[in-house]
Amino acid sequence: MILVIGSNMTEAHPVAATFVKDAAVGGAQLIVVDPRRTDLVDFAQLHVQIQVGSDVALINGVMNVLISENLYDKDYVDSCTMGFDELKKKVLEYPPERAAEISGVSADTIRNLARRLAAVKPAMLMYTLGITEHICGVNNVMSCANLQMLLGNVGFECGGVNPLRGQNNVQGACDMGALPNVFPGYQKVDNPQAQEKFMKAWKVKSLPNKPGMMMPTMMEGLTTGKIKAFYVFGENLANTEPDIHHVEHCLESAEFLVCQDIFPTETTRFAHVILPAAAWSENDGTFTSSERRVNRVRTVSQPPGEAKPNWWIFKEIAKRMGHKWKSDSAEEIWDNEVSVLAPALAGIKYARLENDGIQWPAPSEDHPGTATLHKDGCFTCGLGVLKPIDWIPPAEVPDQEYPMVLSTGRRLYHYHTRTQTGRCQGINELLSEETADISAADAESKGIADGEMISVKSRRGEVTVKARVTSQVPQGLVWMAFHFREACANWLTNPVYDPITQTAEYKACAVRIDKLK
Amino acid sequence: MNDTFILNSKETGFKPGQMILDAARNGGIEIPTLCYLKGASPTGSCRICLVEVKGARSLMAACSTPVSPGMEVFTDTDLVHRARKMNVELLLASGRHNCLMCEANGNCRLQDLAYFYKITQLRFKEKDEKDIYPTEDQNPFIVRDFSRCILCGRCVQACNDLVVNRAISQGYRGAKSKIVTGGDRPYDESECVFCGQCVEVCPVGALTEKKAKGLGRPWETKKIRTTCPYCGVGCQQWLHVHDGKIAKITAVEDAHPNQGRLCVKGRFAYDFIYSAERLKTPLIRETNGEFREASWDEALNLVAKKFKEIIKKDGPDAIAGVSCARSINEDSYQMQKLFRAAIGTNNIDHCART
Repeated sequence: MILVIGSNMTEAHPVAATFVKDAAVGGAQLIVVDPRRTDLVDFAQLHVQIQVGSDVALINGVMNVLISENLYDKDYVDSCTMGFDELKKKVLEYPPERAAEISGVSADTIRNLARRLAAVKPAMLMYTLGITEHICGVNNVMSCANLQMLLGNVGFECGGVNPLRGQNNVQGACDMGALPNVFPGYQKVDNPQAQEKFMKAWKVKSLPNKPGMMMPTMMEGLTTGKIKAFYVFGENLANTEPDIHHVEHCLESAEFLVCQDIFPTETTRFAHVILPAAAWSENDGTFTSSERRVNRVRTVSQPPGEAKPNWWIFKEIAKRMGHKWKSDSAEEIWDNEVSVLAPALAGIKYARLENDGIQWPAPSEDHPGTATLHKDGCFTCGLGVLKPIDWIPPAEVPDQEYPMVLSTGRRLYHYHTRTQTGRCQGINELLSEETADISAADAESKGIADGEMISVKSRRGEVTVKARVTSQVPQGLVWMAFHFREACANWLTNPVYDPITQTAEYKACAVRIDKLK
Repeated sequence: MNDTFILNSKETGFKPGQMILDAARNGGIEIPTLCYLKGASPTGSCRICLVEVKGARSLMAACSTPVSPGMEVFTDTDLVHRARKMNVELLLASGRHNCLMCEANGNCRLQDLAYFYKITQLRFKEKDEKDIYPTEDQNPFIVRDFSRCILCGRCVQACNDLVVNRAISQGYRGAKSKIVTGGDRPYDESECVFCGQCVEVCPVGALTEKKAKGLGRPWETKKIRTTCPYCGVGCQQWLHVHDGKIAKITAVEDAHPNQGRLCVKGRFAYDFIYSAERLKTPLIRETNGEFREASWDEALNLVAKKFKEIIKKDGPDAIAGVSCARSINEDSYQMQKLFRAAIGTNNIDHCART
């Protein structure tokens, strides 16, 4: 059984979706929870069409049924988790009828969903950004974990809580410590032992011991003068961050902006220095996938002109700041530094990555790697923590002036801001412009025809975009992507953030749509 | 348990339910196939895997005949080879299999079989040009040349049974048979999502990559294994490289996690690396707002100098950076090391949580 929540997998992770479809065709139950009727729904036994931003209420409602009908895995909860009583108390405040009112899913469907989930074991939960891109993103993720622990599904093959990672190496960038609070291998920057270890390895007398800023705080810091220099490596922030007008104001405010990229982008326009970098097939190196698998990347050709590998550029800047680094290739960096410093990666060396990669943790060189975490419910942290969680609405909800919800995501043919796919022969032929996807009911009430140019407006901005009238989208919802600059959804999105992760609420803001005058 | 059968006079083990083809392969006997597709249910349509089974009324298709205990199977008899050869001759006459002009030349199972059976002339009359459907290529990526199609159905199975995109099927009947999209429309007006799995599994030159045309023949290209640069699934790819340039991309079969599958971006969206718009030299913005080209030394010295100035004046925490979730691990490692060890701040992040 597979529960897919907040994931438009057939477009955003097409190959992963083929395996889910295979399973569904082969007889596995598939349940899709999504405000839109995504393509995966064709294969589902149940489509739970929730209101945008109501995930916690729905999951609390489902857990309410599991507990009040005694359908949860009592043995697992008793032996592998803690916090059940607090969770129970909280979810009892969410009887299916209340959850139904918030989520727009009928109480009967909530009961049906709970009973189905309790009937098959293990069940796998898969989620993507529909869960995380909310001001309550952390709570959404924890709700998914609560549900899977209550069902006794964490720690088993074909079970667990499985986020599908959006970028090829977003897992790896985290593992490498490109985060403000951890060194490589998730060793905390404020832990004195970790400090000492890295000071020794990096041959420095001190290291900063307070967690740094997350990206939105950095950007804000540019406007207040707290941040003077900003170094942007391979990100097109001017298109990807919410509220483009504000983002560009931040970038403009930088006293010194360094951009390191493979193409000129909307972001590099603001740079003071642009450093040309080697791309994907011009590097030897490794990516780490969603399933924590470290895979090799290999060189086909040299970068154009004077473009250089990114690791070389960083090394050269460090040298000019008085630091001599020894490693002189990606392989040396990995084998002599990364895998020496990060215990979970200690067993992974280039020599072992010739064929299929290795899934970390792989603590020693004879370790085969780890496919399933928290095996048999033995959590890495001891007991799995059940957390009582309350539902909160999105920061901006529809009102008279802006009566519709805008939710955003990705489409099959393009990748993010089209820096890459926009420059591949043929891709633009398959998808050449942005659309605002709306329901037939909303189109009709506004007198909008399919393919007509319309205005979509929020408190932050306005775009003119082609309307796509589709049965995928329910009444009251506008759905857009951010692949094309002119009609990029991020002119409209709301720069409000989850308080812990500072993930922006890309999935919900209020807009109005109008026929062009 | 009596789970053995007699394969070419030798007692051989098999698993209950196993087809002759798989059991023979396990026993070290390779039986040629055209339509067989791992992971999909056998169709037995090409009749190339014919074998002799003692007591059977006719030759049997090894891909779709289950082994039974004690069954006597012969894969290497005169009768078997005559039948296979004739089927190859019939397939060669089913269209216009002109290897000289075929993109699959050198990577074609039908060509391999014709060579194996030493076929030097056509025994049957080739299909008339006018009876062959026009080539379908009204889309940016896939060329379907019906003159080379042997109707083995692998593309249909890959589309429906493996990747379950359900865009193509067998259409029409008899001599008019054709692989079609829904309503027999051009690919770009159909349900096709251009994953190219059909091209990947085509055993002949009926389905080829449009972008690969003329960029390198199978014996000229070198295969380099790598990982897809798009989403987080981590699909394993073969880059077919000729003269230092990617001619095409196929999936690595039996590799984790993609098991021989790719999507439209993974298979076809690779040529951004050759774009004329690539950044090729360091650029520095002048006071008038224009960018000018600079040497690496000048650009790097400037960055280091500015950073040192800011650290001196406002402290290391006045510098912040975001790393790239698209680039290799080693790049992110170096960047956070630069920030922590050389600049002295933990103001390093990337787009991890979106």
